[in-house]
Amino acid sequence: MATEFHNLQELRHSASLANKVFIQRDYSEGTTCKFQTKFPSELESRVELTLFEETVKTLNNFYAEAEKIGGQSYLEGCLACATAYLIFLCMETRYEKVLKKIAKYIQEQNEKIYAPRGLLITDPIERGMRVIEISIYEDRGSSGSSSSSSSVSGSTAR
Amino acid sequence: MSQIQHAVPDGPIRYTQICTRSSSCSSPQTSSSAAAAGTEPPSCPGHRGRTPRRKWQVFPGRNRFYCDGRVMMARQTGVFYLTLVLIILTSGLFFAFDCPYLASNLSPAIPAVGAVLFIFVMGMLLRASFSDPGVLPRATPDEAADLERQIDSTGCSKPPPRTREVLINGQTVKLKYCFTCKIFRPPRASHCSLCDNCVERFDHHCPWVGNCVGRRNYRFFYFFILSLSFLTIFIFAFVITHVVLRSNRTGFLTTLKDSPASILEVVVCFFSVWSIVGLSGFHTYLISSNQTTNEDIKGTWSRKEGKDNYNPYSYGNVLTNCCTALCGPLPPSLIDRRGLIQADTPQTAPQSNGTGGGGSYAPTQLHSHMCDQDQCLQSTKFVLQAAATPLLHSDPVVLPPLPAKPASLGGPCAYLAPAQPALPSCAGDVLTLRDAAVDSHCHHHLHLHHLHHHQHFASPEETPCGTPQGALPCPAHMHLQHPAPPVRYDPVTQDSLHEDSVRGLVKLSSV
Repeated sequence: MATEFHNLQELRHSASLANKVFIQRDYSEGTTCKFQTKFPSELESRVELTLFEETVKTLNNFYAEAEKIGGQSYLEGCLACATAYLIFLCMETRYEKVLKKIAKYIQEQNEKIYAPRGLLITDPIERGMRVIEISIYEDRGSSGSSSSSSSVSGSTAR
Repeated sequence: MSQIQHAVPDGPIRYTQICTRSSSCSSPQTSSSAAAAGTEPPSCPGHRGRTPRRKWQVFPGRNRFYCDGRVMMARQTGVFYLTLVLIILTSGLFFAFDCPYLASNLSPAIPAVGAVLFIFVMGMLLRASFSDPGVLPRATPDEAADLERQIDSTGCSKPPPRTREVLINGQTVKLKYCFTCKIFRPPRASHCSLCDNCVERFDHHCPWVGNCVGRRNYRFFYFFILSLSFLTIFIFAFVITHVVLRSNRTGFLTTLKDSPASILEVVVCFFSVWSIVGLSGFHTYLISSNQTTNEDIKGTWSRKEGKDNYNPYSYGNVLTNCCTALCGPLPPSLIDRRGLIQADTPQTAPQSNGTGGGGSYAPTQLHSHMCDQDQCLQSTKFVLQAAATPLLHSDPVVLPPLPAKPASLGGPCAYLAPAQPALPSCAGDVLTLRDAAVDSHCHHHLHLHHLHHHQHFASPEETPCGTPQGALPCPAHMHLQHPAPPVRYDPVTQDSLHEDSVRGLVKLSSV
């Protein structure tokens, strides 16, 4: 059963929150920010695997870029230290710039891909970078049952 | 598509949260990077009458916030003020008494260099003390419920349900579940019991700095102790030089008379040098091997644990480790303390129950406000239980129902066992609540009240934080309650009582 929403406004007015799926962090490469690309079972009927994977992979790339240790980050670090970190009153850190890009990307993905399918991605920064929260909405008008909110069988357990 | 564009305002990138209420109020959410702290999003039309509150005001941890959430410190800041006083006093005396002589007789560069060092030290200290160390926000109720479901579904398996194992660079690392924050702690994170927060890359809680040292302020802490060691050595050396040069000219005693502060400076610097320089050296070692103090103390990556045990976070190269720790990218704060609270923002799950519902805002708030007084009262209660345990050694006692007495107090009643003269500062607050009428009640029914306490409070966690009467109800109140069935003493509860009383004593000593 495909719930079609044509834009966010429609979603807002006629949808009710049915369930939330949490994509957990992938710590296999250390403490760098990376999310698991495992496809949760609740989304199987909602969105294509490829689209979902692409979204998560792009997000992971963004975070990798933010936390990349290289010439530019060293330069920024040394400059900041030399100015006793006062330089951050005038300019943003690279991390903050990337976070803005991420917010824009998530908004775009929501508008183009997820809202029409009755889903909503919450920016991980709102959840302390622990999870990507995907809210699943149900059309209030439809008489069908909500998508399976029965016990989740460890979709993100490793 | 124009509808969508209409919904998204111009200016900084914002995302309009889908509001599921029928009033269809759209409450824009700020992007929670620290740079956006200055912008004020318009409040929801439905809440126009109420002043919007900021998130720091309902922060669940035990932190103090100043300057409307811009400054964040630990609860106990006494030692931090001592640090400030020591540094400012010693440097001030140096500039006042020694620098004029040194500038005129040796070089004016000396006070200049001293001033630069002093400013750098103060800057780093304030930055380390006032910034967010990397606190992880607590789980929202939905997240907590989801995790609980996952934990329950795994059942009894290896590894135990409340731990997860991950493979990082070939090394198995265990992730523990934090009961307070209701999250699985990321690797290298730890829960600070003093601040009651999980902190990323937790190093240690530094009372001198008045804050935890974690991922976001470690470099400031390191630069602080490094520059402080230089400053201490600098002042020490030049004060000695000053005294020596002056003594050659006018004699030692005259020198001391002219510049009495020099003695104080030398003493302070002498004792500081050993500890500060030692600490700098230790942290230099930690940085070069990419370990935290926590890991080093626990010996997490030591060879003794096993032949294959190695630090998976180290880059293998001392220079890379140092550069990463000191010049790497600085992540933003995750807790968005200056953000405004939206009515539909999910609040953190309350501590008392595992799977909180949607509207857990009020209990969390109440919890954080009550905790101060409640902790004090709870701790006092544990001590009283400890005092009461000798009475329970005898044969099981069946309690007769006591005659009802009118309640004489409305608020929390302070009721102290006879021999508790040495209770620390919180006793002052507790004592002020006493009055003569209560006193007479209390002393008259002393023995039976001890036993009443035992049957009502088997474990501290059962006492709800938000009880209006506090954790220590007056015997008068208890008489009005339905008399509890008589209880028999058993050794199991006594053990837990002992444990609780020890815990209480520890808590009291930290108040």
